[in-house]
Amino acid sequence: MQKLVVIGAGMASGRALEHLIEADPTAYDITLFNAEPRGNYNRIMLSPVLSGEKSFEEIVTHDEDWYAVHGITTRFGEKVVSIDRDRKVVIGENGEVPYDKLVFGTGSSAFIIPCPGHDLPGVVAFRDLEDTTAMSEASATPGARAVVIGGGLLGLEAAAGLRLRGMEVTVLHLAGHLMERQLDPSAGYLLQKDLERRGITVLTEASTKEIYGNGKVEGVRLVDGTDLPADIVVMAVGIRPQVQLAKDSGLAVGRAIHVDAQMVTSDPDIYAVGECVEFEGNVFGLVAPLYDQAKVLAKTLLGQDDTFVVKQLSTKLKVTGCDLFSAGDFADGDTREDIVFRDPARGVYKRLVIEGDKLVGAVMYGDTADSNWFFGLIKDGADIAEMRDTLIFGPAFQGGAQADPLAAVAALPDDAEICGCNGVCKGDIVAAIKAGATDLGAVKATTKASASCGTCTGLVEQVLAVTLGDDFKMPAAQPMCGCTDLTHEDVRRLIKASELKSMPAVWQELGWKTKDGCHVCRPALNFYLLADWPLDYKDDLQSRFINERKHANIQKDGTFSVMPRMWGGITTPDELRAIADAADKYGVPTVKVTGGQRIDLLGVKGEDLPAIWKDLNDAGMVSGQAYSKGLRTVKTCVGTDHCRFGTQDSTGLGIKLEKALWGSWTPHKVKLAVSGCPRNCAEATCKDVGVICVDSGYQVGVAGAAGMDVKETERLADVKTEEEVLDYTRAFIQLYRENAKYLDRPYKWVAKVGLDWVKQQVVEDVANRQALVDRFELSQSIYRKDPWAEHVAREQPRYAPIANLVQEAAE
Amino acid sequence: MTNWIDIGALEDIPQRGARVVKTARGCVAVFRTGEDEVHALDDRCPHKGGPLSEGIVHGGSVTCPLHNWVFDLNSGVAKGADEGQVATYAARVEDGRILLDATDLVARSAA
Ligand code: SRM
Ligand SMILES: Cc1cc2nc3c(=O)[nH]c(=O)nc-3n(C[C@H](O)[C@H](O)[C@H](O)COP(=O)(O)OP(=O)(O)OC[C@H]3O[C@@H](n4cnc5c(N)ncnc54)[C@H](O)[C@@H]3O)c2cc1C
Ligand code: SF4
Ligand code: FES
Repeated sequence: MQKLVVIGAGMASGRALEHLIEADPTAYDITLFNAEPRGNYNRIMLSPVLSGEKSFEEIVTHDEDWYAVHGITTRFGEKVVSIDRDRKVVIGENGEVPYDKLVFGTGSSAFIIPCPGHDLPGVVAFRDLEDTTAMSEASATPGARAVVIGGGLLGLEAAAGLRLRGMEVTVLHLAGHLMERQLDPSAGYLLQKDLERRGITVLTEASTKEIYGNGKVEGVRLVDGTDLPADIVVMAVGIRPQVQLAKDSGLAVGRAIHVDAQMVTSDPDIYAVGECVEFEGNVFGLVAPLYDQAKVLAKTLLGQDDTFVVKQLSTKLKVTGCDLFSAGDFADGDTREDIVFRDPARGVYKRLVIEGDKLVGAVMYGDTADSNWFFGLIKDGADIAEMRDTLIFGPAFQGGAQADPLAAVAALPDDAEICGCNGVCKGDIVAAIKAGATDLGAVKATTKASASCGTCTGLVEQVLAVTLGDDFKMPAAQPMCGCTDLTHEDVRRLIKASELKSMPAVWQELGWKTKDGCHVCRPALNFYLLADWPLDYKDDLQSRFINERKHANIQKDGTFSVMPRMWGGITTPDELRAIADAADKYGVPTVKVTGGQRIDLLGVKGEDLPAIWKDLNDAGMVSGQAYSKGLRTVKTCVGTDHCRFGTQDSTGLGIKLEKALWGSWTPHKVKLAVSGCPRNCAEATCKDVGVICVDSGYQVGVAGAAGMDVKETERLADVKTEEEVLDYTRAFIQLYRENAKYLDRPYKWVAKVGLDWVKQQVVEDVANRQALVDRFELSQSIYRKDPWAEHVAREQPRYAPIANLVQEAAE
Repeated sequence: MTNWIDIGALEDIPQRGARVVKTARGCVAVFRTGEDEVHALDDRCPHKGGPLSEGIVHGGSVTCPLHNWVFDLNSGVAKGADEGQVATYAARVEDGRILLDATDLVARSAA
C-alpha cells in the first residue's frame, strides 16, 4: 500500500481525508501529524465555544474512534520539523516517517503586530482551542477588561463572545469603519451601533502604539495617547499562511504554497490544501473554497480528474443578533449602478450593485433573509433585467412600496424634543394634532412649537404629515441637495434629536439616497456634526472644500495664497521680516495688503505650503484662516493708545476677541471689528459682530453685512466691561453655530429667527448666555489650534506628489 | 502593451481623496474612493484647468474645486449639463500597492 503522510489536522485536510476514505478506504496507509495536541475539529465554531453557546466536545469532527476505524496513524501534539525530499521522509519531533505522497495542510497562523509588549503574557490570538481557553479564563475574574485589536470578522466574534462572558470589551479598529473589506460605511455603522448596544466599546481609526504591563498585560496605549487598561489583549488583525516548512523543503512558495488546479505543488508527489495554498494569485481565508479544494485533492490522490476553480464568496458574521451579509464586488464603477434601500426605523440597509443586466455585489444589514437568493443571482450571473425595479425587495415581493422619507420622523420616540426653544416634545405635538390642531398655525398656537426661532418648522410639518397621513399637504421645501428630501433645518434638528454623530449615521438614519453624499451635502454635514458633537465627531478633511482641507485659498491657476494672522491688525518688524523672507524664499509673485488688515502671499505652490507655514510658525505666526467658514479677521483702530478721540483700548479688545474666537468653525465666515469711538474707523457697523467704544462702555452690534448685500448692524446690547463684550460675542456666535443653516451669514440667519429671539437667548437669559459660552469653549478646546502647525506635523505627505515619473524616466 | 508602475501604497491616499503623480506630460491625479477603488485622470479640468485632485470625491465622481463641474472617475466624462472629458489611465490595487499603467506617461518623456 502507498504511504500517505498529512501535515496538519485542519478543516481542509480533514475534509480531504473524508472524501478519500469514502471513495477508497484501502488506497493509502495514512499518517496524520498535528501540532495541536488533538485531532480535527470545526475551527469556525470556536466562536460559539468562546461565548459559551457550545462546548468543545460538540465541535469535534473526528474523534479517536474514527481514526482507529479507518486505520489512520495519528501523531497529535507533534510538529513536523523538516522534510527530506531526496529520501522521501517526513521528520517529526519524535522521529521520521517515509512517504510516497505528502499533503501540506498547515493552515495559517494569526498575525501579531510587532508593537512593544506584544509578547507579554495575556496577549493572545484567536486561532485555536488554547487561545479560546485563555480568553474564557481571563473572563472568570469579575470586572475583568478585554481589548480586542482588529474589527474584522474574527475580532468581532471574539469581542461578542467575551462580552457575553461578562467582560468589559473595547474593540480597536484601524480603518474608519468595522469590517471595511466586507462592508461599506453604512453597513459598518449599523454593525457598530448593534455592538455598542450590547455594551461593547468600538474605537475606529484607533492605532495601537504599545501594549504595556509589568510581567503581564496591564493595558494598551494608542498613538493618540488614549490609555486602555486591560487584563487580556486579543490580536485579531489578520492571518499569515504557514509556509516556512514548505519553503525550507524547497517547494515553490509565493504568498503561500503554489499549487495547480489539481492541488499539486512544484514537487509532483507533494500536494497542499487549505489556507496554506496560493492558486493563481489567490489565497484563502474562508472554508467554502477549502472544501472545494479538499474534494479536488481526494480525486487527485486517487488518480482521477478534477479541477479547482475560484468562486464568488460571501461573508456572514456569527454574532447572534447581528445580521449582516456581503458578497461579490461592490466597488463603484462607470458601468455600475447602485440600488440602495434604507429603513431607518428597523435599522435595515441593503445595497445592490448592478452591472449591465447582472447583479455583481450585495451588502445587507439588519435583514438578510433574502441573502441566499441574492448570492445565487451573483454566482450564476443571472439576467435580472426583468426584475430590476423591484429587485431590492427580494424574491417574494415584486412590486413594493418605496422607503418612506418620513420614516425618520415617525421613528422618533414621543419624548424626543422637537422644539428646543419651548421644550415641546413630539408627544405633545401629536396630542395637539389629535385634539384638532391640524395645520402649522394651530400647532404653533396650541403648543408653541416653532413659535420662537422657527428652525423646527419643517420637523413640525413632518410630525403633522406622519400623524395625519394624506390629510396633510406638505408645503414644498427646498431639500439640502439631490441626496435627500430633507431641508438643512430638518437635518440639523434630526442630528441633535436622534444623536447622530457620524456621517454614515446621518446617511443611514435619514435615508440618504446616495452612498456617500455629494459635494453639496458633505461639507454642510461635516460642519453640523462638528458643531453639535465637538468631542465625539472627528472632523473629516475629505468632506471639506479644498481651501479648508489644505488651509489656504486656491487660486485660478491651482496655486494657493498664504495669509498669517495679524492679531487685531498689529504686526512687528520681526514678523514683517519673516513674511518678506518667506516671500523671497518661495518665489511668491504677489504680496498684497488685504481689506482685512493683514498681508497676503499669493501664488504659492501647493507642495511648498507646509514649508512656508513652518517658516512663518517659527517666527511666531499662525494661520489667518482666510479660507475658512470660521473666524476671519478682527479689524481695529488705534484707540486710546494713540488717537486723541479714543475712548477705550479698541486695539487691545480686538486682539482679545481674535484670540478667543480664532480657529472656530461657523456656518459661514465671521468678521469682527472694534472701533475706538463713533467715528468708526474700523468700519464696525457693517460686520457680523461690530463693537463701538463709547465713554460709558461698549455698544455691541450684530448682523451687519458689506459683501453682496450692505446692511448696518443691529444693536444687541450696551455693556460696561470688556469681559461682557467677550461673553456676549461668544454666546452670539455659539447660538449662530448651533442654529444657522450652512452658508447663511449671521445677517441672513438673524433675519430668519428675529433679533428679539437672539436677544432673549443671549442678553436676557443670563444662565443661557453662560451655557452658550461654555459650549463654545468646549468646542474651542478642540479647535483653537493652529492648523498649519498640525499639518506640518501630521499631514505633510498630502501636499507632495505620491510619485514622480519624470525622474523615473530620466534614470 | 502595458507598463505597470508601483506608485505607492493605497494608504498613502486618504479615502475619498487624491494625490498627484508628476509626469512629463503634466500631473496625473490618482483618486481613492470610499470603496478603495483607484482611478487615474489628468489633473486638469477641461473647463478652466482646475486641479481635479483637490476636489471632493463622492461615490465614483469628483467635483472640480474651481467651478463645481462633476466628473465620472471611470470614464473621465463630465456629468449633468456640462460637457467635456478628461483623459484616464489604467490603475489598480494589488496587495495594498497602487499600480499605474505608465505606458503613455513614461514613454513620451523618455523619447
Ligand atoms: C484677500 C481679500 C481681498 C483683498 O485683497 O483684500 C478677499 C479675497 C476673497 N474674498 Fe473677500 N476678500 C477680502 C476681504 C473681503 C471683505 C472686506 C473685509 O473683510 O473687511 C468683504 C466684505 C465684508 C463681508 O465679508 O461681508 C469680502 C467679501 C467677500 C464675499 C461676499 C460675502 C457675503 O456674504 O456677501 C465673498 C464670497 C463668499 O464668501 O461667498 C468673498 C470671497 C473671497 C474669495 C475667498 C473668493 C474665493 O472664494 O476664492 C477671495 C479669495 C482671493 C484669493 O484667492 O485669496 N469675499 N471680502 C480680502 C481678505 C481679507 C482678510 O484679510 O482675510
Ligand atoms: C474563531 C474562528 C472563526 C472562524 N469563522 C469562520 C467562518 O465563520 N466561516 C469561514 O468560512 N471560516 C471561518 N474561519 C476560518 C476557518 O476556520 C479557516 O479557513 C480554516 O480552519 C482553515 O483550514 P486549514 O485546514 O487550511 O487550516 P487549519 O484549520 O488552521 O489547520 C491547520 C492545522 O495544521 C497544524 N500545523 C501547522 N503546521 C504544522 C506542522 N509543521 N506540523 C504539524 N501540524 C502543523 C496546525 O496546528 C493546525 O491544527 C474561522 C476561523 C477562526 C479561528
Ligand atoms: S472682490 Fe471679487 S475679485 Fe476681488 S477678491 Fe473679492 S471675490 Fe475676488
Ligand atoms: S476649472 Fe473645473 S469647473 Fe471650472
